[in-house]
Amino acid sequence: MVGAFIAAGLVALFFLSMKVSNLSTMSGGEGYPVDARFDNIGSLKVRSPVTMAGVRVGRVSDIGFDSETYEAVVTMSIDSRYDTIPDDTFAKILTAGLLGEQYIGLDPGGSEQYLKTGDQIQLTQSALVLEEIIGQFLFSKAEEGSNSE
Amino acid sequence: MLEQLARLGRVGIAILAHIGRGNILLFHILGGITDLATRPGLLIRQLYSVGVLSMLIISVSGTFVGMVLALQGHYTLSQFGAEQSLGVMVAASLVRELGPVVTALLFAGRAGSALTAEIGLMKATEQLSGLEMMAVDPIKRILTPRFLAGFISMPLLAGMFSALGILGGYFVGVGLLGVDDGAFWSQMQAKIDLHEDIYNGVIKSFVFGWVCTWIALFQGYEAVPTSEGVSRATTRTVVHSSLAVLGMDFILTALMFGG
Repeated sequence: MVGAFIAAGLVALFFLSMKVSNLSTMSGGEGYPVDARFDNIGSLKVRSPVTMAGVRVGRVSDIGFDSETYEAVVTMSIDSRYDTIPDDTFAKILTAGLLGEQYIGLDPGGSEQYLKTGDQIQLTQSALVLEEIIGQFLFSKAEEGSNSE
Repeated sequence: MLEQLARLGRVGIAILAHIGRGNILLFHILGGITDLATRPGLLIRQLYSVGVLSMLIISVSGTFVGMVLALQGHYTLSQFGAEQSLGVMVAASLVRELGPVVTALLFAGRAGSALTAEIGLMKATEQLSGLEMMAVDPIKRILTPRFLAGFISMPLLAGMFSALGILGGYFVGVGLLGVDDGAFWSQMQAKIDLHEDIYNGVIKSFVFGWVCTWIALFQGYEAVPTSEGVSRATTRTVVHSSLAVLGMDFILTALMFGG
């Protein structure tokens, strides 16, 4: 009976870690780090997904701040099986759904050279901040109004 | 005025002495662990009475808590069109809070009170003194196996509580309320972190197991050896354990998830 009790408890804990937590979705193999600099990362967090064509190819492993250029330095860990990503790939911060989490989307470029460990993605687009978009919209509306008079 | 000041001092000294005796007892209990290795049968018998016999109430309440969480959560989430997140909500609240805390409260009521009553009665019927007369250390022989059994059982019971609660929530959410099966699990897996959520929940239940069993054993060992004294000690066990669990839970939550 005691053996059954301990076994049941361990099975429950195993179930929690395998089925409920992110252990099953963690990448099994090692990844290689790639840096990218953004003016604004919005609410991107460590462990946010990095996707390409909607498929998760890695995760954000570290977010830092460069106090000289005032840019955010995002380090991504890309699964090593995806080792043919062109080095002129375009990285942008996207939002899943209207209120969802932010993630990094990669658009492949046309280069023959592939990203390697420690490379930096040069082409980036910051996160869209709702207030800034509304501000720009109001500004352009006001401009239109003054032009038509 | 001076009289009242003196009374306050007496109360303070009594509380400190109480805490001190509790810690000395804990020290002696832990000292007996090495001797337990030669007699694992004692531990297994206690694991049966502390762990196996608590399994039924833990499983039933875990399942029902999960089912109720799913029903209530679905009501709120559906107002925002976020039924898909039901799995995350059920799993996060169970693994982080309800699993360890409710298990510890039930554990204090089911196993803690039984431990206190048993040891208090052993003291009242002079069985503990009898052991001492036979040169058997009652702390090592009686208290250590019970303490270790409580400490081991609690995380296992809390794990069962959470796992069954999630399954209960799954049956209500997916079976009854029509939440999408795949979204239920995949959102849960995306949001629940192994270290952040599950390890911290397990650490919590270890702490609660330690505290609950310690309080139960200490109250039993300190009980006034009369039938009234034992009944008081049993009540105190449940009250003190519950308060300790809730207080510790706040501190642990603030430390783990607060910053």
